[in-house]
This record gives sequence, C-alpha cells and structure tokens, in this order.
Amino acid sequence: MLRTIPRLTATLAAAALCGAIAAPAAAQSPPAELGRNLAATCANCHGTGGVSVGGTVSLAGTPKADLVAKMQDFKAGRRTGTIMPQLAKGYTDPQIEALSAWFAAQKAPQ
Amino acid sequence: MTRPAKDTTMKTMRRDFLKASGATALAAALPGCATTGSGSAGRVVVVGGGYGGATAAKYLRLWSNGSVDVTLVEPNAQFISCPISNLVLGGSKTIADVTVSYDNLVKRHGVKLVKDTAVAVDPDKRTVTLASGQVLGYDRLILSPGIDFMYEQLKVLESADAQARVLHSWKAGPQTVALRRQLEAMPDGGVYAITIPVAPYRCPPGPYERACQVAWYFKQKKPKSKVLILDGNPDVTSKAGLFKKAWAEEYKGIVEYRPNHVLTDVDVRTLTAKFETADDVKADVLNVLPPQRAGAIARAAGVITANNRWCEVDFLTFESIKVKNVHVLGDAIQIAPAMPKSGHMANQHAKVCAAAVLELLAGRAASPTPVLTNTCYSFITDKEVVHVASVHQYDAEKKTMVAVQGAGGLSPAMSALEGTYAFAWAQNIWADALA
Repeated sequence: MLRTIPRLTATLAAAALCGAIAAPAAAQSPPAELGRNLAATCANCHGTGGVSVGGTVSLAGTPKADLVAKMQDFKAGRRTGTIMPQLAKGYTDPQIEALSAWFAAQKAPQ
Repeated sequence: MTRPAKDTTMKTMRRDFLKASGATALAAALPGCATTGSGSAGRVVVVGGGYGGATAAKYLRLWSNGSVDVTLVEPNAQFISCPISNLVLGGSKTIADVTVSYDNLVKRHGVKLVKDTAVAVDPDKRTVTLASGQVLGYDRLILSPGIDFMYEQLKVLESADAQARVLHSWKAGPQTVALRRQLEAMPDGGVYAITIPVAPYRCPPGPYERACQVAWYFKQKKPKSKVLILDGNPDVTSKAGLFKKAWAEEYKGIVEYRPNHVLTDVDVRTLTAKFETADDVKADVLNVLPPQRAGAIARAAGVITANNRWCEVDFLTFESIKVKNVHVLGDAIQIAPAMPKSGHMANQHAKVCAAAVLELLAGRAASPTPVLTNTCYSFITDKEVVHVASVHQYDAEKKTMVAVQGAGGLSPAMSALEGTYAFAWAQNIWADALA
C-alpha cells in the first residue's frame, strides 16, 4: 500500500468532500456528539432521533428553549408527571442544554 | 489484503482511496459520506440480536451514515421481547404481539444479518467462528449474548425432557407459549409455583410481575387457584412495596409470597421443588428460573471475569476489561450497583458502546461522560402498571457508573395511565432497536 498523502491533508480533503454531501458523523467534533449521545438516552421512549412512534411526545424539532424549560420544570418539581420528574433530576444543567440543542436541530416529524 | 493495525483502519483506507480513486469514488467510500456499507470505516460484528445487539447494530449504521460495515449474528428468525411477554402468560397479549421482524435492520439500515450462532472467538486474529463454520473478521466485536442457565446447579433439569416439563420461560418464545398452555390446562384449584434465583438475575421485577399476571388470569378464569412465589432472596428484589400491596389487595387470597427459598433440587415427575432450608413444595405448574450467567459465547471469548458468571467492562466503551476489541452489552455484564439487568439498560449500553466504537475506529477517544437511564414498567393487571426509574452517570474517579442520588424512583401506586406509557415504551424501544 502506498501511503504518500499525509493524514492531515487526507482528513481535510475528506471533510471538505463530506461537507458538500452530508453531515459527516465521523468528522463531527466531540461536543456535537455529546448532544447526540445524550439525546439517545431519551429514544427508548421518545423514539429514535426524538421521533416517537406513538404514545409519547416527539422531541425532534422542538425549540431548544422549550425543551430546556420543560426539563428544568420537571427537575425542580414545578411540573408533574410519572417518570420524567424522576429522570430529569439525573441530568446536569449542561447536559439538559446539550440534548435540548440536539433535538431542536432535528427535523420535526410530519 | 492484510488488516491494518488496530485503530488505523479508517485512516489507512482514506489514504488508499485518495491514492486510488477519483473524487466521486472517494466521496462514496469515505466515512460519513457513504450510503452503502463497504467496510470503508471499519468492520463490526455484533453477536446477539436482543435489546442490546439489535440497538448496537442499528446505531452503528445510523451514526456512521452507513460507512461502518455491521454484521449481526442471531440464530432466531425474529426478535421476541421478554418485556411484555408476561402478559402472554396472563392471556391479555399473544406471542405475536411481542414479536418484531429484523427486516428493517437489513432493508432500512444495511445491517448484514447472519442467521447463525457464534461459537468461538479468536481475539488475536480478530475473527469470530459461527456454528456453520463461517468465519467473520472484525475490527471490533460486540457481544450481546444474554444469559445462559446454570443447570450444573440443577442437574435434574439438564435434559430436554425435564426442561419441557419444568419451564423457565425466561427467554421469550416457545417457552412462553408452552407455559401459557400449562396454565390453561391446569384445573381450577391448582397451584402455580415460581422459583426465583438469588440475585443477580435477568430482570429483577420480572418474576413478581409474572406472579401478578398469572394471578390476574386465575382471578378471571380460575378463582380457586393459587400463585406461590418461592424466592431465593430474603425479600422482593424490586418494587417490593408496590408488589406486596398488589398481592395483599388486588390478589388477596390468590398470591402467597415466601422469601428465603433457595432451590436445590426438583422432582420433575411430581413437580416438587426442594429447598436449602424450607419445606418441599408440590405444584400443578412449576416454573423454575434457574441461576444465570452470561451467554455461552462470552465464555468462549474469554470475557467472563466476575464470579465465573459475568463480564466486567469499561463503562466508557463497554469493552471487556480483559479482551481487547471485544465489547459486551446487556444482561451479560457485571453491573455497577443499582444498575439492573434490563432490556432498557441493554439498549442504553448499546448506544454508549456504538458511539464509543465509532470514535475508536476513527482513532479517537470515547466520550468521557456517558449517561445511562433505566425505565422499567411492571404490569400488575392487564392495564395497571407500576414503574421504577433511575439515571446513572459515569464517575471518573471510581471508574464506574453511579446512580444519581435524588433522581429516579418508583410509582406512588399502580395506574392505568402508566399502563398506556408502558405500551408506548414497548412500541418505541422496539422501533428504536429494530425499525
């Protein structure tokens, strides 16, 4: 195997090409994946990518401020519920910001 | 072609493609750009298509935009859910209601599904051998092997005949249907007895939910019948107050709970259970949950490290602490305190693992801050449900997952509202793993 092109050049070329075609998961910076990974902890009940198949609220495409406010209300006990007041207390404020930002950036279900 | 060294696969491939290809071919094959899995960003083999393995396979494809080659090895033709399957015993659901196809993993996500059983792993050559003799190479191997039963502790149940008469029904499928048939055939006035192994075992509240579901059936159809819970533990291991309230009120006169019943032997002919320190119990339907350990492939791969039963993992990646490039998910792992062996947890393990594996394949470190949640619903009746929930954050100092104090908790009481949420949970988690 010839390995004549330095890694940095290859990576930059890859990033440039990918950017024109699709959001490149493998080239994302860790903070972007933090939101994605945290949001994935919600998918069991709220659907993959926050698109529910039924019986729970879809989170995809919801404005970040709304999600943060809801989670903080659950966390502080200002909003009642069954599971969510208990789960919301398990996330730090920065984690709530990150997962809310990720859901807000997703396309809302039709 | 020789395999590139660990963690350099993708970089090497990138360089090869840059050397050999035009821009279109390059874009098609680059990680993050490819739409068809050609192995350009690495090869992952997932063993076991349950809650852990199916989720891992899907998310590896989803989060790599199809650039990572994923093969799922699973012997069963369809996914059959353990959660909700106790309702099949109660009679309010059928086995079809808890069965989901693997088709979408293949058609929608490009997972390569191999209907086979993994029997051996060579961690040096990084190959996994299947029962058919097929050998699959991997950059990363993810084992989600579920549980096996430790019949060496209950030798009388080692034979297929004995297992067909004294059912476990702790892997949903034919055993679930068979136990329902036994319950239907039992005359009114009979006794259904369930024995529970000493913790840890798969699904802590599951046996108590099962007792409720059988009692629900008896209450409707066979009101003179009894449910006997013979628990190897000193007390109910999960949702104790809620279950005891249900047995005292909803199922008064039907359910009897007896702690400290460690099963030592079974008379298969007379359906008599024998215990370490308690009197023998004869039943009309005897349901034995044997002691459990990680599934057989975990032993073959050398990843069982705790008590000769479970697999210790690095919770940042779910990689075995012993065998490099082999990850373990689900019920097979050695859990951190307060981390139940549940399908929900297995799904959460899978996402942390999938994210970590993609980072590792790209030559980067895994996220240092994984989070896991658990949500577990138990059906008291056919509609009324109680839950337990928890959130687990990684503690860098202790290098383990720690349940967040003040978070999580139980239902105050059973409710039909939570019943609707429980069914919504099932539909969404099945879709999250398989659709």
